[in-house]
Amino acid sequence: MLKIDNLHVKLEEEDKQILKGLSLEVPAGQVHAIMGPNGSGKSTLSYVLSGRDGYDVTEGSASLDGESLLDMEPEERAAAGLFLAFQYPVEIPGVGNMTFLRTAVNAQRKARGQDELSSGDFLKLVRAKAAELQISPDMLKRPVNVGFSGGEKKRNEILQMAMLEPRMCIMDETDSGLDVDAMRLVSDGVNALRSPDRSFLVITHYQRLLNHIQPDVVHIMADGRIVKSGGPELALQVEQEGYGDLLSEAR
Amino acid sequence: MTATIDLDVREGVDRETVETVQNMGSYKYGWDTEIEMDYAPKGLNEDIVRLISQKNEEPQWMLEWRLEAFRRWQTMTEPKWAMLNYPVIDYQDQYYYARPKSMEVKPKSLDEVDPKLLATYEKLGIPLKEQMILAGVEGAEDAPAEGRRVAVDAVFDSVSVGTTFKDELAKAGVIFCSISEAIREHPELVKKYLGSVVPQSDNFFATLNSAVFSDGSFVYVPKGVTCPMELSTYFRINAENTGQFERTLIIADQGSYVSYLEGCTAPKRDTNQLHAAVVEIVILQDAEVKYSTVQNWFPGDEEGRGGIYNFVTKRADCREARAKVMWTQVETGSAITWKYPSCILRGDESQGEFYSIAIANNMQQADTGTKMIHLGRNTRSRIVSKGISAGRAQNTYRGLVSMHPRAANSRNYTQCDSLLIGDKCGAHTVPYIEVKNTSSRVEHEATTSKVDDDQLFYCRSRGMDEEEAVALVVNGFCREVLQALPMEFAMEAQSLVAISLEGSVG
Repeated sequence: MLKIDNLHVKLEEEDKQILKGLSLEVPAGQVHAIMGPNGSGKSTLSYVLSGRDGYDVTEGSASLDGESLLDMEPEERAAAGLFLAFQYPVEIPGVGNMTFLRTAVNAQRKARGQDELSSGDFLKLVRAKAAELQISPDMLKRPVNVGFSGGEKKRNEILQMAMLEPRMCIMDETDSGLDVDAMRLVSDGVNALRSPDRSFLVITHYQRLLNHIQPDVVHIMADGRIVKSGGPELALQVEQEGYGDLLSEAR
Repeated sequence: MTATIDLDVREGVDRETVETVQNMGSYKYGWDTEIEMDYAPKGLNEDIVRLISQKNEEPQWMLEWRLEAFRRWQTMTEPKWAMLNYPVIDYQDQYYYARPKSMEVKPKSLDEVDPKLLATYEKLGIPLKEQMILAGVEGAEDAPAEGRRVAVDAVFDSVSVGTTFKDELAKAGVIFCSISEAIREHPELVKKYLGSVVPQSDNFFATLNSAVFSDGSFVYVPKGVTCPMELSTYFRINAENTGQFERTLIIADQGSYVSYLEGCTAPKRDTNQLHAAVVEIVILQDAEVKYSTVQNWFPGDEEGRGGIYNFVTKRADCREARAKVMWTQVETGSAITWKYPSCILRGDESQGEFYSIAIANNMQQADTGTKMIHLGRNTRSRIVSKGISAGRAQNTYRGLVSMHPRAANSRNYTQCDSLLIGDKCGAHTVPYIEVKNTSSRVEHEATTSKVDDDQLFYCRSRGMDEEEAVALVVNGFCREVLQALPMEFAMEAQSLVAISLEGSVG
């Protein structure tokens, strides 16, 4: 599914190397977690994969189902099945959440040569998915993320994910700022989406989230590279011992 | 289920925006219609004024009124205070009167109608039944209606070519016709109110209009009557080198209500065309008028060639107690826009509202805003202005809020937001505030922002292309104003926002 090979990325404005030869492969149907200390390049990885401006790929490749992601516009990556759940979801004043969702869903359908969803079908679908995530009808009408609490914003990201049905989901610190109940809702939402042909890359600081969303593989990232990979027990080890031993071991 | 239906429509609106962005050329109405026209000779003098009056079969008093205005105009100079740059206009190098030849004799059946005129209406999106009525086909009024209930008056270059639903409106006592017809049929009303809000001597362009206006719409809503449908006027400039000078007069008698829509289009031309309209609204005790405009005159090309010079005077007089007026405008067209729809709040407790979206792209220049003149006690006004600048355009909000000594306990709230797309355009805000009593309150809030890269990336990461993303974000920015528009106009306006910003990013 997702294949990243020897990826080198620097910031466009300052000549600063962030990713230094990162390689990673997430097969179909699997959930991979990335953990790592602050400043290791986790968020940069998610932005580069989804096509945000401001990054320069100097070496290496990233592909989704064999198609190179790096040559595509952000909207083409989305249509190809890539989704990023933002760490800080963006507010768009005046644009109803429902309008936003519908525009996004139909833009992707159109890009894939499918018919647009009718108003009736769209409404039925969005209401059902929103109910599962305990998103109120009122939240669907309010402007995108404006005045949403931290938990509401993250649930809204998962709602978008559920509506867009991407094949490759990247979650950038979706657990940050969530209380226990919100974390459970978000995790249940994600678990409901798990399927043999959908993969997840879950970026997180805390093992806690991984109790709810069981990963197949855990990667430890440091200084722009994956330094160690293993099973779910690796996350537990980080939780108990911190990164110190792992990092010195990797060096 | 009401909420659902409402939501559905709103959803449809946005889908329309997106489709429009993808499917349309930059100016949808840029075709012209080859119709044989009757022109008055080029230039402006008393003979031309007399000719226009005679073509409209006007009474002597009307001619005198025009001549008085013309003599006055000759002593006036063009105002230069607006933040607008344009070459000197040669007023002698214009045609002041043009009308389709086929309108000289009214057609008796559809076969006699100039098919090109019909095609024009079709392109403008006017339903068939209304096309027939506009073309003057006998019996068309009795044909079954197609759902939409909007009475239309269409003005093609200088003349009104027809008004729909007249009989049905007449049953309610509402008069809706061309102003030339009103001058002939309802002289007592026209004499009483014409020039009573915008006097002949008001300003250079209004005075020019008073001398040479060729047609326009007239509305009278009698006491206590709620107009049974929306009234609408389509203005279209077709002939080349022709100025359009329409004059609209709306009178809402005591306790009445009317909502009026105005739409404008013009073909693409290399040369600039002059448009100087006057709209006067008289609102008596407890009456309410909503006036909505979607102005989409040809804006000129990317290099600033061609386009309409739009110099418009619009004013509402809340003449008696508790009169209420609401101006809503979506200004996306014209090379030059000079326009300040204003409210004179004369009656105690009268209210004026002004909602505006002004979009200037490429080389367009807009200097627009409002005047709220508080004369009566306990008067209220509200201004919400959204200016969007893109390309190399300049967009100025210019507004006056004036609280006179007698206007005790009056209030104004002004919100003025500017959005910039790219780094070569400009946004300017010029508020004038005069308060001459101690009990009134004036609030002014203003913001200027750029289209946010994070917002655009967020939209694109969900699958929208860049133009869709910009259209969505800008429509959100304008939402408060779009919501003030009647539903049908809101759809058109959303599409226009998208179209007029095409090519502004990337």
